[in-house]
Order: sequence, then C-alpha cells, then structure tokens
Amino acid sequence: MLSLINISLGSISIPIKDVFNCLTGGHSSKETWEYIIINYRLPKAITALLVGIGLSISGLLMQTLFRNPLAGPYVLGLSSGASLGVALVILGAAILPPFLSTFLLSSYGIVIASSFGSFIVLLAILAISQRLRDTMTILIVGLMFGSLTSAIVGTLTYFSTAEQLQKFTFWSLGNLGNLSWSSIGILSFCVVIGLLLSLLSIKPLNALLLGENYARSLGMNYKKTRLIIIFATSILAGSITAYAGPIAFIGLAVPHIAKLTFQTSNHYILFWSTLLYGAIIMLVCDSISQVPGSDITLPINAVTSVFGAPIVIWLLIRKRKMIA
Amino acid sequence: MSTKKILSTSNLSIGYKTKSLKNTIAENLNLDLKEGKLTALIGANGIGKSTLLRTITGIQKPLSGNVFLNENDVHKIDSLTLAQNLSVVLTEKLPPSNLTVWELIALGRQPYTNWVGKLSEDDFAKINNAMEITQISHLASKKHYEISDGQLQIVLIARALAQDTPLIILDEPTTHLDLLHKVSVFKLLKKLTEETQKCILFSTHDIDMAIQISDEIIIMTPENIVQDQPCNLILKGSFNTLFKDEHINFDAEKGKFVIS
Repeated sequence: MLSLINISLGSISIPIKDVFNCLTGGHSSKETWEYIIINYRLPKAITALLVGIGLSISGLLMQTLFRNPLAGPYVLGLSSGASLGVALVILGAAILPPFLSTFLLSSYGIVIASSFGSFIVLLAILAISQRLRDTMTILIVGLMFGSLTSAIVGTLTYFSTAEQLQKFTFWSLGNLGNLSWSSIGILSFCVVIGLLLSLLSIKPLNALLLGENYARSLGMNYKKTRLIIIFATSILAGSITAYAGPIAFIGLAVPHIAKLTFQTSNHYILFWSTLLYGAIIMLVCDSISQVPGSDITLPINAVTSVFGAPIVIWLLIRKRKMIA
Repeated sequence: MSTKKILSTSNLSIGYKTKSLKNTIAENLNLDLKEGKLTALIGANGIGKSTLLRTITGIQKPLSGNVFLNENDVHKIDSLTLAQNLSVVLTEKLPPSNLTVWELIALGRQPYTNWVGKLSEDDFAKINNAMEITQISHLASKKHYEISDGQLQIVLIARALAQDTPLIILDEPTTHLDLLHKVSVFKLLKKLTEETQKCILFSTHDIDMAIQISDEIIIMTPENIVQDQPCNLILKGSFNTLFKDEHINFDAEKGKFVIS
C-alpha cells in the first residue's frame, strides 16, 4: 500500500488506481505514466525498500556487537569509509592506467570500493572498541573517521575535474533514484546475502546480550560470530552506500523504534520488526522527499536526518536507561 | 565414602607467557573438585585467583599440565561440549538490554538449542525448574535492570543452573552485596550442592562465611596452594599464611580473623 502511494508521488502525480493497474499487468490511462512507473518509480520504490531494510538491520547488528545503543553505519563512520572508497575511485581514477579506471568506474568497481572502505573502518572501530568500552569514545572515533575522510576527499577534489566532482557530489547527497534494473539486481543480491548472514547470527546475537564472556561460556565461537557480523554489516552498508550514497540515521534510529515498540531484546523478534520498520520508514521518508503536491524533490538525506537526529538527542538524554 | 571427581588438575602450572617473558603464578597444582561438594577459593587480591579460574574454565591456556573435566581435557574439547559441562557466573556487569529475567535465564539453554535458538518443552522445564529452586519465579517478567543487585546475582545463578552442567564456577558472587544477601547466596549454593549434587567452585573474600559453609577450601598464597576441609586447614594453621601482615591474625577458636 505504502509502495503504491510512494510510486504515485513525484514531480508528476499518478493516480493510485493507475499505479495499481500498471503493476498488476493492466494498462494505465496514459502511456507516459506507464513508462515513468516501470523505469523510474518502481525501481526507486524497490531501492527504498532495500536501503531501509539493509541499513536498519546493519544498525541492529552493530548495536549488539558493540554493546552500544548509538552504533549505526552512519554514526560510526562506516558510511564515511564507504565515501572514501568511492572518492578514491571516482576522483582518483585519473591517476590509474585506463583499463583499471574503466573497471573501477563501472558499478561493480564502485560497489567493491565502497564495501571495502566500510569494511576497513569497521575493523578499525572494532579494534578500538576492544580497548575502549566507553560509548562516547567510540562515537568520537567514528566522528574522527568522518573528518579524516572529508579531509582526504577535500584534497582529492582539489586535483579533480569538474565532471568527476559533480559525479561524486551527486553520489554523496544520497539518491534512491537513477538505479537501473541491473543495478537493483546487484543491490538485492548483496542485501539478501547480508540478511541471510544476519539470520545466522540471531542466536549468537542473543547470547551477546550477556556480554562477550558469557556468550563464550554458552559455547559461542566469538571470533567466527564477530567475523560474520562484520562481514554482514559491511556488505549491507557498503553496497547500499555505493548505490544510494551515504544515507544518514536510518541504521541508528530504526532498531531503536523496534526495541521501543516491542520492548524486547530478543533478536528473533527484533530482526523481523526492524526489517519491517526499516522498509516502511524509508518509503515514508522517500515519499516526503518528493514533497507531495509540488514538483520539488528534497535530498533524501535531509529527510532522514530531520527524522533521525532528534532520536539520537533523545537517546543521549535518557542515556541512564539505555536500551541496547 | 568416595565421591565422583568432576574436575581435576594434574601438575597444572598457571601464569602468563609472552615471547620473552614467562610469569608463573603457581606450579604443580593437583586440585580436585567433587560431585555434590561446595568448594571455596580464597586468597589475597592479586594472588592469581582469576588466573586460576580462567585457566580451569578453559579461557586461558595453562603453562603446562592439564585440566580434566569428566575425563575430557578442558583445553581440547570443543566449546559446545564445554558449555554443556561447565557454566559460569562472572563479576562483570551485563551490557544494557531489554532482557527480562526469564529471557536471561533461558539464554542458559543455548548450548542445547538449534540454530535459531528455539526452546523445546524440555528446555522450558529446565528453565522453570531453575527458577523454582532459586525461588525467583515471581521475578520472571521483570526487566533485568529493574531488580536489586542481590536478586540479579541469584538470577545469574539460576541461569547457570538452567545450563544444566555438572560444574558451576562463580567468580566472587558475593561482592557488593549486604550481609543478608551474601548469606542468601551462600545458602543457595550450599542447597544446590546438597539437593542437585552439583559441583560448585566459587572465589570469595568473605572468608569467615566460606569457612562455615564450604565442604572444602582452596587457599592461594604466593608460596603454595592447598586444598582441604575447613577444619583441617584451621588445625594446620593455613589461614595465618593468607595475609602477610602482623596486624591480622587468625583466631582458630573463633574461626575468624581478628585485628591485633
């Protein structure tokens, strides 16, 4: 239903009835509408679903792994890492030999660079969180990664052409549209892999609620579990960031909404509720960004930040009774 | 009467080893923990109680020698088998979460459940049984952060019980508790060894109470580690070796330490 509304909204409003007809194999009243739906609106709605689900689940995994309610792909600098990977590829491609740069600039190249970037940052955060258990310090380290990234990106932009710069800026604003059907195929593949790995981690994640040492005493292989979770989060956050740009706050806020409404820490319930909320909230955010009734389109990041930032502030205020 | 040995160490040496340095904390340990017996581990701060507990629970490798748990070498068996034979209660604080008391205890069943952690009827029975023995059934639906420290300690013991292992090891279970709750934890441990024939080892600084309630005591001093029944240890004067301070003396008649 939400998908239908989402598809109907945009710079040209299409009546929901026509959207429904078109999607169920019938014909809508205008042929241009059909074209818009199949080639633009439907891919965007699917992307919004994938992005919402993927980011929320990766946030859920990280909050438990780091025993830190403020963990999330964006806040911890994971998206920054992905940005750095993409920046190096888009802006630095000129330095590389032509055959390499053509490969790297393809959508596969960007996905690999982005996933690799977020993987590196996650490993660094994990190494640091082994030493520092303090919530604040880890967050500050995440912020530092963010500034470090923007410094390097800034330096790179200084040496790049206007065309490269435009490509990168456009990517970094976050955008759910402009994905071809083949890109959606790759993205869905990555998200499904990430979700399957997360499903495998549900039981160890529940054990981790007691802390690392209790989890081990329950027969959990901590190193293996940690590797699976890190791999799942970096493939989810990495592939999504590669295609849709760094989307703020969804990964952090959605798991909390699930935890609050269901009042539980059981990951079996949390997995499905987070997945559902992630999909719904992302669709709503995307619909809002279309500004119903006008032909303006807001950057998706503006909408998710307006929605997510207050949740972070509220979490910090009631930190004493933090829900991990 | 001979009781079954649950855990035994043979010529165990514990300590830390880096490439250049070997720091031995204790050597040639031959300890036995028996079925249905409550054993206390006492020693001054920094003496290596935690290292010993870490080594016999398989977290840390020994410098030499072996730890056997029901004839299996603790450092060689797989983690799942170990989890089905040994449960622990640790001193560390639980991370923040929404876990209820019941859910927390249910996590003790993880070594027996399938890949999503689905609980069988047998699991439910074990969980409820653990809550009945420890008399915390009324707390079942409370969040774990809503109950007192004393109650939480009992809940953590119930979790270890639900894990259904012949051996339970507790690291300083009575620290931070008031006298009333210290006594109730000790009484519970005693009851568990008597009624369920569990083998229980706990480390503690409440020596007076440990002497009164334990079947056996392991005393750790820099020179040696001795294991015996409390009254024998008193006769041998072992408690006076515990603290190297002229102001602390053990009064054998009263069975407690006095300040002089």
